Parts: sequence; C-alpha cells; structure tokens
Amino acid sequence: MPQMNMIEAIRSGLDVVMTRDSNTVILGEDVGYFGGVFRCTDGLQRKFGEHRVIDAPIAEGGIIGTAIGMGVNGLRPVAEIQFADYIYPGFDQVVSELGRLRYRSGGDFFSPVTIRTPCGGGIRGGQTHSQSPEAIFTHISGIKTVMPSNPYDAKGLLISSIESDDPVIFFEPKRIYNGPFDGDPDKPAVPWTSHPKGEVPNGYYTVPLGSAEIVESGDELTIITYGTLVHIAQAAAALVGVNAEIIDVRTLAPLDTRTLTESVKKTGRCLIAHEATRYSGFGAELTATVQEECFYHLEAPIERVAGWDTPYPHAFEWQYFPGQKRFAAGIRKVMEAK
Amino acid sequence: MTRKSRLHIPHPSARPGDKPDFSYLNLSPAGAADKPAIDVPTREIEHLSLELVRVLDDDHHALGAWNPNLDPEKLQVGLRWMLLNRVFDERMWQIQRQGKITFYMQATGEEAVSIAQGMALRAGDMCFPSYRNQGLFLLRGTKLVDMMCQCLSNTRDMCKGRQLPVLYHNKDANIFSLSGNLATQYPHAVGWAMASAIKGEDHIAASWVGDGSTAEADFHHAITFAAIYQAPVILNIVNNQWAISTFQGFAGGERRPFAARGIGLGIPGIRVDGNDFLAVYSATLWAADRARRGGGPTIIEHVTYRGGAHSTSDDPTKYRPKDEWKSFPLGDPVERLKQHLIVEGHWSDEQHEEVIDEYRVKVLAAWKEAQKFGTMTEGPFLDPSEMFDDVYADIPPHLEEQRRQMLALEE
Repeated sequence: MPQMNMIEAIRSGLDVVMTRDSNTVILGEDVGYFGGVFRCTDGLQRKFGEHRVIDAPIAEGGIIGTAIGMGVNGLRPVAEIQFADYIYPGFDQVVSELGRLRYRSGGDFFSPVTIRTPCGGGIRGGQTHSQSPEAIFTHISGIKTVMPSNPYDAKGLLISSIESDDPVIFFEPKRIYNGPFDGDPDKPAVPWTSHPKGEVPNGYYTVPLGSAEIVESGDELTIITYGTLVHIAQAAAALVGVNAEIIDVRTLAPLDTRTLTESVKKTGRCLIAHEATRYSGFGAELTATVQEECFYHLEAPIERVAGWDTPYPHAFEWQYFPGQKRFAAGIRKVMEAK
Repeated sequence: MTRKSRLHIPHPSARPGDKPDFSYLNLSPAGAADKPAIDVPTREIEHLSLELVRVLDDDHHALGAWNPNLDPEKLQVGLRWMLLNRVFDERMWQIQRQGKITFYMQATGEEAVSIAQGMALRAGDMCFPSYRNQGLFLLRGTKLVDMMCQCLSNTRDMCKGRQLPVLYHNKDANIFSLSGNLATQYPHAVGWAMASAIKGEDHIAASWVGDGSTAEADFHHAITFAAIYQAPVILNIVNNQWAISTFQGFAGGERRPFAARGIGLGIPGIRVDGNDFLAVYSATLWAADRARRGGGPTIIEHVTYRGGAHSTSDDPTKYRPKDEWKSFPLGDPVERLKQHLIVEGHWSDEQHEEVIDEYRVKVLAAWKEAQKFGTMTEGPFLDPSEMFDDVYADIPPHLEEQRRQMLALEE
C-alpha cells in the first residue's frame, strides 16, 4: 500500500476525481502553475491544463461566487481558499447563495461546489493563518462541513465531497498535513509513514460523508473530537492512563449522532474537544446533543477542551493551543467527577 | 480649491417640493454615437462609456449607426411584451394593495431593458436577473399563472413557498433563481460564462444589477474575473437614478458614468438610453456578438428612471419630487416605441388600447386561475412537511427528525 502524507492524499483525491470526471475543475489563489502554497494541487495544472486548474485573483468572494456559477453550468468546481482565515470575503456567497440555491429554487437549481481550505494553528501562523472557523459554517443550513484527521480519510472524504451534489466546506488541519501531531511542539516531527492512516490507495475509494469513526475503543470515557485534536486526544488518554473511546467526528454537518451517543451511553462520561474557540464553538452543539440523548447515562458533567476565546496569538501559540496538558486536565476532571 | 479636506455628502438635484432637475444627465443626440466593430480594442471606444447611445430622436425617428433596422413586426412584438409587463405589474400592485399578496416590485419605466435585451439574446444564453427583470421571465415563456402562483406562495409556486414574491426562477427558460441579496448573481453570471467557454460552447451569460448595487463587493469581483478570463458575459447596470431613497450619486455616479466602471480593467462600457428600445436592443446584440466570438465581457449602463416606488413597502413621495418621472428627459420606453411605430405607420392609438384591454383581460383571467392553486387564506395549501425538502439533495437524519417533530405538533 502506498504511503502518503495528507497533502499527497488530497492531491491524489483531486487527481482521481479529475481523471474520472472531466467536468471537475479547480480554482483558487496560486493553485495552478505553482501548485498551491501547501502543494495540494502540485502538478495538476500540467496534467489537466489551464482550463481545469485555474489560477484565480486574490478575491475569495469572487472565487466562491464564480465557482457557484460554474456549478450551475454543469461543472463540479473545487475552490481552494488559501487559508480558512481568508474565507470571510466569500461568506455571503456561502450563506446566501451556495447554501440556499437548491432550497430557494424549489430544487430546480443547485451548485455542487466543494471549498477546500486549510485551518488550524500550530504552524506559527498568528491570528490570520491559524483559525478554525468550522462552527460558523455548521450553523448554515444547506452546507456540509467536513474535517479529516489523517491522509486516508482526507482522500476518501474529499472524493465524497466533490462527488456530492451538496456544497461542502472541506477543512484541512494544516498542522497535520505532514504528519500526526501529539501536541508537543518540542518533539521531532513524526511523518505519516509511521501511522496506519498514512497508507492510502492510489485509486478511487470514498469515505462516506456523515459518518464518524471510532478511532480507539474504550469503556471509561468517550472523547469526541476532530481534526488535529484526534491525535492530541490519543496522546492525552495514554498520558492519563484512561481507557477512552476516541471518536473522530469527520463530518460535522450532518452529524453522525448515533455513533457519538451510543458510545457515551456505554461509557457514561464524555469529553468534547476542538482547537477552535470555546464560546459558541461546535463543541457547544456536540455537548447539547450528548446531553439531550444521554443525560440519564451520564455519570459526570460533560467536559469541554477548546481554544481560548481570544484571537490566536503569535507569541503564545502553545499556551493557546489545547495541547496534552489541558487535554489531560480535562480528562482527569471528567474522570474524577462523582 | 479650499485649503482643507472636507467630507462630500452627495445630494440629489431635487427633493420633495423641488422642481425636478435632470441637468446632471449627459445626453448625446440620437444617432450621434459611432458604432465600432465588435473586435475593436477597448481603449479605442472608451468614449462610448461617457456618451449616450440613442437611436430614437425626439420626433420618434430611428437614426444613426446603432439603428438595428428591425422589422416593424418585431418591434410590435417588443411593444406588446412591454405592455404585458406593465399591465401585469399594475394588476399585481393592486393585488398587493388588496392584501392578497405580501409584497410586489414593479418594473415601470424600465421595461425596455428586459424586453429588448431578452429579444437580442439567444434562448441558450443564461440570464442572471435582478428583481426588476420580470419582463425576461414573461418573454421567455413563463406563464402569468406561474408568476402569480409564486407571488402567492401557493401549491403551484415554483419556489415551493420558500421565497418572497417576485423572486422567481425558470430553469427551462435559462433564467437563474433570484436571491434577494443584491449583486450576488453577478459573479454567478461570470462563472457560468467561464464554464461555457471552458466547455467550448457559444452560449453567453447576462446579468443585471441596479446603479446602487454597483457598490457591492460582488460587482467588483465579477467585473475583475470577467476581465481577467475574458468571460463571455454581458454585465448590465440598470441606472434608474434611485436606490430606494438614495440617488445614484451614492453609488458613485456623480464622478463618472457607471458604464465606465470597467474601463480600468479594459472592459468596454456602453452607456445607452435605457428607454430607447432600439438602442438597448442594438447595444445588447453588439455585446453578445463580441462575447460569442471571444471578445470578452461588456458593461452596458442603461440610463432609465424608476417610474414607481422601489417596492410596495416604499413611499417615494418622502424623498423625491412626486412628478419627477414626467420630467425625465428620456421619457417612457413604452410610449417612445409606440410613437416610433405610429410615425412609421405600423401602429395606432386604437391598436395600442386594444392590446392593453386584451392584456388586462388576460392578466385578470390568469389571476383567477392562479387563485385556484391556493391563496393566503384559502386552500389548497402547501404541505408544510415539504419545508424540509431541498435543503440538501437528500434529507439528513436531523432534518428528518425535525420534520417528524413539526408534523407531530400539526396533528
């Protein structure tokens, strides 16, 4: 089985879909000749031509707006927004157009746009290259929101996203592009070759949207998380020595509620974690869902571990990032509660 | 020059009680503007964004290079569609005033834009309209009954009760879904046109915004993308002088005509007499030919006047002279085409009145028919369970659950 990092897996996914469907096009800043600032589209313009891998001007609203028009005209656009922090100029096009078109036209029109965008911190990106704005998008009806945590899922979920007739916001946690990250920035970087999910088939396969994955089985605690924090959760659970069931949400909207709630009903304890800011974060939705479905099975209050409610500070990245220490404290708190 | 900077607050030339004053409009005589070849470089025709392309003169004769020399029969067809648009609007306005629909918007005074442009475009060309383009829907075969049912949000509503009145769409007729947010359709038109070029087709796109909406970021995104990729698209700016209560100066119309918005990007701009059916038709055909043959986008500014209120929720007597439209130097597009046909011997007042009467009957009959599919108070009613459809291609579990919850409460 070939080994790929997340960048190679995403590129492979794009390559596979573009080879199968000549209507698939890519557009975004620096995606063409250069191959993207994170290299996810490297070589694709040489292979598929300038009409299918299109360098765009620096106008995220224009990228998303024109992608919608292309989708209405039968293409299957994959728009790249260079950093999730840059997506806001296109926000109205996502909320008022992309998410509404099928509904408002009684099902007559739709535009199957996938928006790929790198998110998250841990790369010394400061407050404009580190954000995790996924909750802003899960709040929009008509949009699907996806965030993979490893190369295998990244490729399979990306192919499902592009093939979906619904619009998808596909968040790529950039800290784990090149390797899994356990939350300790002082340790040497670990490549994906050391991880089972770094094994990625060359050809076509899908990971279905709307399905969470139990990454580790356990019976003492359920940890619900996604993206980079899946790996921190594993490290923190090992550190504390708790037999945790760790669930990677993978698709935030629509949510695979059953996998989460069945686990919490089994373990009776739940910790919810994300890198994004805590207040009105996606964890609030997860917490409410677990509370509604599992209240009488809970033996402790649901615990949340998240980014602080500040912008992402350049100088205090590791104080901000919900790393192993904060994670472990959260685990102990939920385990000690009577 | 003063010695200090100062904030300039634009003011319209007349407010309620003032004598209307359109001296700010730069008007070229009919027939004066030259008509360039479609492959001419933009820099050689920048003057067309500052002048005014007009064909019909004050005596209703057609003059100059932009005269499309249409058959009288075709002009009669155009006049009839404009009349249907106007009669339809008048009736729907009354219907709203009777409380039978919640909201309406008229195109009064701007009918030439939709009808002449619709006739100059091909059926395969995709339209991304604004909310005063009902003429396009009519012209492309949307039934009066269907438009009325949309305004009623009834069981035959194309939008399944999800949209404010007038936010129509017609996929089969290649007319996009109206949003209600302004200028969002502009980049869609450009993207659609880019896709047409990518696929090697010769269909073009056309879109419309008002003078006010040119201030939106989407307008600027759209013209930038259109210029970069030379997208086959016609980008229309319907300058009807008023954006609700703010005059066109608040969108930057005081300094330079809207037609010149693309000059810095190398997009040709044509400023056209929007109430001159022949000029609008001709400018559109020029831009369409240019786009179809790889010449890229054109911006057309239609200088016209919003003859009515912005919408049924608006009262223009609060912010502009009551009789301002009567003083508008470019008149009324319906009246001007009518008079042109009369002086050419192809129309008469009697014929005109007959058509209006015929359309009033037709529109009234359609209204009676439309109400059979449900009104705001009388059934049949839409099934509320359908409100969960079409959010996604397939209904996800959480929406299925919410539908179940809602239906349980309905019982």
